Amino acid sequence: MNKQLMYGTHAVGEAAIQAGCTCYFGYPITPQNELPEYMSGRLAEVKNGVFIQAESELAAINMVLGASVAGARAMTSSSSPGISLKQEGISFLAGSELPAVIVNIVRGGPGLGNIAPAQSDYFQATRGGGHGDYRTPVFAPASVQEMADLTYAAFDVADKYRTPVMVMGDGMLGQLMEPVVIPKKKKTLPERKYALTGAQGRPGRVIKSLILDTKDMEEHNWKLIRKYQRIALKETRFESYLMEDADMAVIAYGTAARIAKGAIKRLRQKDKNIKVGLIRPITLWPFPTKAIQDAAKQTRDFFVFEMSAGQMVEDVRLALEGSRPIHFYGRPGGIVPAAAELARNIARHYYQSKRKQKR
Amino acid sequence: MKKVYTRPKSLRKVSMHYCPGCGHSIIHRLIAELIDEMKLREKSICVPPAGCAVLAYNYLDIDMIEAPHGRATAVATGVKRVLPKNLVFSYQGDGDLAAIGTAEAIHAANRGENITVIFVNNAVYGMTGGQMAPTTLVGQKTTTSPAGRNLKTEGPPIKVCEMLSGLENTVYLERVAVNTPKNIRKTKKAIQKAFEIQKKNIGFTLVEILSPCPTNWRMDTIASCKWIDDVMTKEFPLGVIKEVKC
Repeated sequence: MNKQLMYGTHAVGEAAIQAGCTCYFGYPITPQNELPEYMSGRLAEVKNGVFIQAESELAAINMVLGASVAGARAMTSSSSPGISLKQEGISFLAGSELPAVIVNIVRGGPGLGNIAPAQSDYFQATRGGGHGDYRTPVFAPASVQEMADLTYAAFDVADKYRTPVMVMGDGMLGQLMEPVVIPKKKKTLPERKYALTGAQGRPGRVIKSLILDTKDMEEHNWKLIRKYQRIALKETRFESYLMEDADMAVIAYGTAARIAKGAIKRLRQKDKNIKVGLIRPITLWPFPTKAIQDAAKQTRDFFVFEMSAGQMVEDVRLALEGSRPIHFYGRPGGIVPAAAELARNIARHYYQSKRKQKR
Repeated sequence: MKKVYTRPKSLRKVSMHYCPGCGHSIIHRLIAELIDEMKLREKSICVPPAGCAVLAYNYLDIDMIEAPHGRATAVATGVKRVLPKNLVFSYQGDGDLAAIGTAEAIHAANRGENITVIFVNNAVYGMTGGQMAPTTLVGQKTTTSPAGRNLKTEGPPIKVCEMLSGLENTVYLERVAVNTPKNIRKTKKAIQKAFEIQKKNIGFTLVEILSPCPTNWRMDTIASCKWIDDVMTKEFPLGVIKEVKC
């Protein structure tokens, strides 16, 4: 397909359709409304396409569950308060081992918060969000192109591991227009042997998450944990930027990573002795722990930047286990700082740290 | 000798966990008989609820997808939209459908989803130990309404069939009971009618079944069946509440 100018939300929708998604269920909430709007028109053109504007987020995620168990690639999308409501269904999808894609276009919080871009749902997304011992793979795009590519990939990861997968952007990425190449239409989809289509020539099949026997429930949990270990091993994604000579690594994802790149470029142009690089987690769970540990072999300092009061910084701390100083700069509540502001903060820590080294 | 009764093929040969005198086992059997008779076993997908009947998937030998509490009609919507030729029905209790799942039920009905809801009304939360349900009668004592349901503070019981009958897209709503042989036969006929309507793609159907819960009603089985006739049906009159002739 050719390059075209698209909104982030529309790119998500089109990539989903090319990935074989035939079912979308959602409920209006800003700043992601352009996605259900796009899907309502687009799915009408798709064979067996189903679009329902549900009565609530709860209904939407459970329609996803129903469509998924019936064998279709299904998705829903929302923004922060709506994602909170979907957690019940996400936990059931995880427990029942059903694939689905959930898009969260994050806005400021807590509560109703505001409709500005934010990254304050990191904990909710990466720690499971709902009840029970489970994890959700989380993709964090940083451009409209990645909104498309990672949504496309999310459907495959969901099917491969029979798990709900989240694509987490923010109000900025959703409403941004950029040139994008939409991935090609998927010709064959993986067969879902466990799907419920009627018990033809076989006993009835049950898909459920209720396991009353504690020993069986424990075994089910270990099975899920082993699956999450496989995902962590195979599906971790990150990008390194100017890390070859860096003695300070900025860790940022999504929109924050774009701002960080701008700040790093600016600093390196201004002073060629400033050696700052970027590690950008593309999957938030599984977190690129090893990439950060590897970087610590040659990098003196770490600097975490988030559009929140500091959530991912905890994963960086866990990765480094106290071996390196970690600086943090965050702007919660929907503030999107400019690269210059971030550059000043990086530079301050960079020079202070260098001075300490000399002493 | 002529065989007059046999276990339906769609009913698994296992003993049920239901309490003595519970209506669920009867309703399960009726559904299994109908699925056999209408040759629907290979087409059926059932959405059991959270509640006593969650274990229906141990008894009915058909495809089953367990739904979160109250969300059965949303899950059934998802299944049916993907598989429009299959028979999709939810099996829900009163707490599941008329309290936590009211929104899902109303909107599935309003969209006219071509599904069938088997709605089992026993006027209490059974599985959790007999708490007050949205269908508990005024004055009825439960573990959370020890002085009896109070009309002023807890409201009257919700009449689901009547509530849904005002929605244009509901096609068939009937209230039946499983407390006497005659009523059991009527219940079977009602479920059959609902399944037939679904087969013809006409729209949303719901069969409300008044069902005894001797354990939580603190009655013996005979008194429970009698209580349905004497008390429950006065609040929840039996019969077709709505039928759109097509």
